[in-house]
Amino acid sequence: MTVHVPVLTGAPTDQQLIDFVVREARMIDQQRFEEWLELYTDDAYYWMPLEWGQTDPKLTCSLMYEDKLLLKIRVERLKGNRTFSQKPKSRCHHVLQVPQVDRRDEAANEYVTWTPMHYVETRFDDQKLYAAWATHTLTVIDGQIRIKLKRVDLVNCEAAFGNIQLFM
Amino acid sequence: MAKYRGNVEAVRGLVRETEVHRDLYVDQELFELEMEHLFANTWVYVGHDSQVPNAGDYYGTTVGTQPVLMVRNGNGDVNVLYNRCPHKGVRVTTEPCGNAGKFFRCPYHAWSFKLDGSLLAIPLKKGYENTGFETSHAAEGLAKVRHVKNYRGFVFAKLNDAGLGFEEFFGDSLSSFDNMIDRSPVGRLQVAGGVLRYMHNCNWKMLVENQTDTCHPMVAHESSAGTASEVWKNAPPGTKKPMAVEIFLPFMSPYEFFEGMGIRVWPNGHGHTGVSHSIHSDYSAIPGYFDQMTAAYGENRAKAILDENRHNTVYFPNIMIKGPIQLLRNFIPIAADKTLVESWTFRLVDAPDMLLERTLMYNRLINAPTSVVGHDDLEMYERAQEGLRCNGNEWVNVQRLYDPAEEADATVVTNGTTEWQMRNQFRAWSKFMTMSM
Ligand code: FES
Ligand SMILES: [Fe+2]
Repeated sequence: MTVHVPVLTGAPTDQQLIDFVVREARMIDQQRFEEWLELYTDDAYYWMPLEWGQTDPKLTCSLMYEDKLLLKIRVERLKGNRTFSQKPKSRCHHVLQVPQVDRRDEAANEYVTWTPMHYVETRFDDQKLYAAWATHTLTVIDGQIRIKLKRVDLVNCEAAFGNIQLFM
Repeated sequence: MAKYRGNVEAVRGLVRETEVHRDLYVDQELFELEMEHLFANTWVYVGHDSQVPNAGDYYGTTVGTQPVLMVRNGNGDVNVLYNRCPHKGVRVTTEPCGNAGKFFRCPYHAWSFKLDGSLLAIPLKKGYENTGFETSHAAEGLAKVRHVKNYRGFVFAKLNDAGLGFEEFFGDSLSSFDNMIDRSPVGRLQVAGGVLRYMHNCNWKMLVENQTDTCHPMVAHESSAGTASEVWKNAPPGTKKPMAVEIFLPFMSPYEFFEGMGIRVWPNGHGHTGVSHSIHSDYSAIPGYFDQMTAAYGENRAKAILDENRHNTVYFPNIMIKGPIQLLRNFIPIAADKTLVESWTFRLVDAPDMLLERTLMYNRLINAPTSVVGHDDLEMYERAQEGLRCNGNEWVNVQRLYDPAEEADATVVTNGTTEWQMRNQFRAWSKFMTMSM
């Protein structure tokens, strides 16, 4: 079921920012990936650091540091007929703590939220649990909240993982 | 009952000219024999000396499944010690890497050891007087790996006295290390950017074979590189090709590209793809870099270094390097069906940051547990690990471009889609596995 999102006429309220973050996770869980991509600005990044407290995404390696082109490649790949690592397909499930609005800068049109979460990814008999914090840097474009940066810090970011195929 | 222990003939029988038995991948007893023999008779990669720049610096890792420490001594040498207190067996270091100061101190009963492993002091020492302690195993301190070689910063260890000397074991294959290191204007590399660790539920040899498997990219990676190519086609005309697209697209090159690139095999299981060109050949030039190289080496030599575009060089038994992008992958055996893949990256000292940035992008796009290319490969390894349980056929085929006149331990350049390098690895497997049995 899709949710009607009202067009904002002014700065978003804290509750509107919180609702947005919750809806984003829901879109991933429902695998509405094309709609999900629309939530990102054209110059957005999705960042999953490799190091604890990482500050540099370019000269330190990350698990993911992807612009919209790379995210689109992932989304297209998930649908592919010859995407064998998705036969059978993965599914995922988010449990979020209530997001907290950490920063509001209406003049700069920038808002930052912080959301602790548990994320489960499954594929056939396999089920893996991850714990992480998501930090969203948000902005408003044409009355819609959009993501400029989503940063996902895994609690055990330096651990040796098997495949992580969907989005946290 | 043991199937292979004490039975050299049975072990030899597992490797035929053009096929190998599935027990090489699935049998845990054979895995344990590999750790005792193969990983002890060969030179195994330990780490890079830039991980331990100062006296007292240590780095904990494994050689095969043996826990070891790479340590920088007071005199600047790098030692490799077994990471086990001679008293009760406790792991001596508390962190994966760090600085021990002037000596190691065991956290259990505070025995201490010099940086070369020798016993320094024991609290309440008089309890050992007149007990014959001097002749005990414990008195020897932390056991030292006797055969260690630091080759231009890359540290290798051989656990057994059996086997070949370092130079004889690697021979001309060291030219790939030389090329990677010479790409720094000052001829020095530094570990940089962090290590990607990726757990694989498959045998370590599947990964090693895959490094020179040039008939899989256009098939197994159609899902990732092929999709990248499709998505890129829809970019508005005139858009500058991003670095990520430059990295993905060559995976979709046709068979002729891979046939033409060539494979070179060397004795003792080493070999590389990309003799004349490779998937790394057409990356954009990095501003300023060629000028730095010319200033350091002169134009001809600089050109010669940078024109070499070796793709993957396999150093038997279990690492691969990519000289053109300064990347090393270590396929660390854990069990017959479990392998930890560590992908390390290096900074070319005194070269532009942009080179490291590209190397790190390659590493995260191709070698991370979150990488779509990684997903493609791991899916195949895990399916093979499962499929090899089938009793209907117990053999794995490595016959492509086999010539009955093919010699073991030859140095040859040949068609880039040959499986000769895989056969080369299995011949070396048989040789180093059985030489101490
Ligand atoms: S176990 Fe190390 S001092 Fe006792
Ligand atoms: Fe591959």
